[in-house]
Amino acid sequence: MSVDDDGHGGAGRRARPPFDSPAELVAALDEQDYLADEEMATACYLALALGRPLFLEGMAGVGKTAVAGALARSLEAPLIRLQCFEGIDAHQALYDWDFPRQLLHLRAAEAAGRHEAPDVLEHELYGRRFLVPRPLLQSLETSPCVLLIDEIDRSDDEFEALLLELLSDFAVSIPELGTVRAETPPVVVVTSNRTREVHDALKRRCLYHWVENPSYEREVAIILRRLPQVHERLAERVAFATRRLRARDLLKPPGVAEALDWAESLAALGADDLSPALASTTLGSVLKYKEDIEQVRATGLAALLDGAGLEEVGLEGVGGG
Amino acid sequence: MAELRGPAEVVVGIARRLRRRGLSASPDRVHLWVRALDALDPLSTDDVARAGRLTMCATREEQALFDEVLAAYLAEQRLDPGAQLLTVPSELVVVELGELDDGAGGEVDDEELAVPTASRIERLAATDLAELPSLDAELLALLLRAFSGSGRTRRGARRRPARRGRADPAATLRRVLAAGGELTEVARADRRPKPRRLVLLLDLSGSMAAYEEGLLSFAYAAGRQRRPTTEVFTIGTRLTRVTDHLVGADVGRAVAAASAAAVDRGGGTRLGELVKAFSDRFGQRGLARGAVVAVFSDGWERGDPALLGEQMARLQRLAHRVVWANPRKAQPGYEPLAAGMAAALPHVDEFVEGHSVAALVELAGVLLGATDRTSARRPLRA
Repeated sequence: MSVDDDGHGGAGRRARPPFDSPAELVAALDEQDYLADEEMATACYLALALGRPLFLEGMAGVGKTAVAGALARSLEAPLIRLQCFEGIDAHQALYDWDFPRQLLHLRAAEAAGRHEAPDVLEHELYGRRFLVPRPLLQSLETSPCVLLIDEIDRSDDEFEALLLELLSDFAVSIPELGTVRAETPPVVVVTSNRTREVHDALKRRCLYHWVENPSYEREVAIILRRLPQVHERLAERVAFATRRLRARDLLKPPGVAEALDWAESLAALGADDLSPALASTTLGSVLKYKEDIEQVRATGLAALLDGAGLEEVGLEGVGGG
Repeated sequence: MAELRGPAEVVVGIARRLRRRGLSASPDRVHLWVRALDALDPLSTDDVARAGRLTMCATREEQALFDEVLAAYLAEQRLDPGAQLLTVPSELVVVELGELDDGAGGEVDDEELAVPTASRIERLAATDLAELPSLDAELLALLLRAFSGSGRTRRGARRRPARRGRADPAATLRRVLAAGGELTEVARADRRPKPRRLVLLLDLSGSMAAYEEGLLSFAYAAGRQRRPTTEVFTIGTRLTRVTDHLVGADVGRAVAAASAAAVDRGGGTRLGELVKAFSDRFGQRGLARGAVVAVFSDGWERGDPALLGEQMARLQRLAHRVVWANPRKAQPGYEPLAAGMAAALPHVDEFVEGHSVAALVELAGVLLGATDRTSARRPLRA
């Protein structure tokens, strides 16, 4: 089955650029402004080498979705994203028929006075041009590509069963058309925020990786890379304070995304350092619960920024002062 | 075992240990591990670890368990972390994998379990938890089985296709279009049943210390079977959410993690304040709404009993059903004399024992609605 012509078709196309080691993949992701640690790089590398889906689990905002984008760019392959939600079904994920256009086609044939055998017309009706491919089918037709199945924990069990079938065969059979099989199986990244436990059968098809928050040094580097307008000193202070916040018993500990938001807000205010007063006014961009903000305000923002008690965040000799 | 320390031996050795710790290290996973290792550097223990974490685990807790098993294995083999392994001919991998299929291989588990007999389990299940040194696997299995039912449901907001129910205009229109403009059958959709949330509030204060392991195991079993809809909190002098600690294949680890997180355990009890804290922070926001809430406590209240009564009344208004389990209730001649207990009782739908595994199994039935003793909500007096 042919794919919409995007100019780089052809049989000689190589499925994936050769990454010979996780280290090479780190460099490639780095070029795409994604600073991967060795664990993440090994996970991605093995997903490519073994052709297995990669199942990424972790707190919201640690960069699970971002890695799929970076992977796609470094493979120079399109990213196809399927956002899961409660009640998602095959019509929204796999394919659907364009009924209005089919009807229109019938009417047009009628009006033109065509009198072929009925099965000719029927064959036309269930042809490729009336098929609406949804992300999962698109990913089989576009190869190579990166398929991102985002927040699978939001979908239902029935949908997991559907995915199970797709992820083992990389083929979809459409009764009217036949089977669509991927030339090269897409690189699949599945993410979950773990609001519910995804079924073991699905996880068993995948390589499992729990995404941790980055180390202090890496977080500073991420802030500086993603937000060039942020002063280095500010990035260090934000990363430090965010790490401190994570060590507290908060309802929603801030992820990397929140640290980036915070740094961006501060930079927009023209700050190049983090003072308690500034932290207080911008706390809403890093903490998203009233209770959390109250708790942090109650213990004092100065305590968040100073260097005392560094051992509790595992940061002796960094930042502060 | 041979003197070999090649990757194959390490993989098979660790897989065997993982299985002993309750992880399903199935042959296909082990095979994937070997393949992953082949793509990396098979002689580096670091890469053995990385590949194993990616292939053998399905949750974060299992990864922690894996790290533990790996570290123990390396120590046992006198290998330093990061050490290089020896080259082994690849046929060995095949041989070892074949051997793996027939179970535990030649090695016999050092801790042979006593043969469980029905009467022994029955006796243990009826024993007061305070007198049991620890819960063994069969008792835990009883708890897990107790939570395997479908549980109470409520009608959800979302509809799904159904035989009966309200007509679904969008789906009907789709059918009309698909049938070329003819109305063949009206599509219907009905509200899908949603499982009710189960909230467990465990009092781990000093007077309840003897029941700590039992209660946490009970909570673990509930979470294991009904994970997305179960929430567990400990109360005592502080409210701690331990839901996320009570996960993973290894119950011992989960219980220890939850126990460590509940820093207030063994202290005094301010039940009223803590039930209020729960309702303020979580309950009123939605966690307790329409949920089945179970409080495990002996009702010894250090604070004001009136506040506890007030807060239990509030909790009862929020929740679908409030159950109070008091291990002391099983003692002969028990009267709810503790001031807190007396204050709470009028605002509780069910008052049960929960002192032994058998009682906990029965309680699980009450929570799931299998043995619904009070059909209409009425004040309960002991």
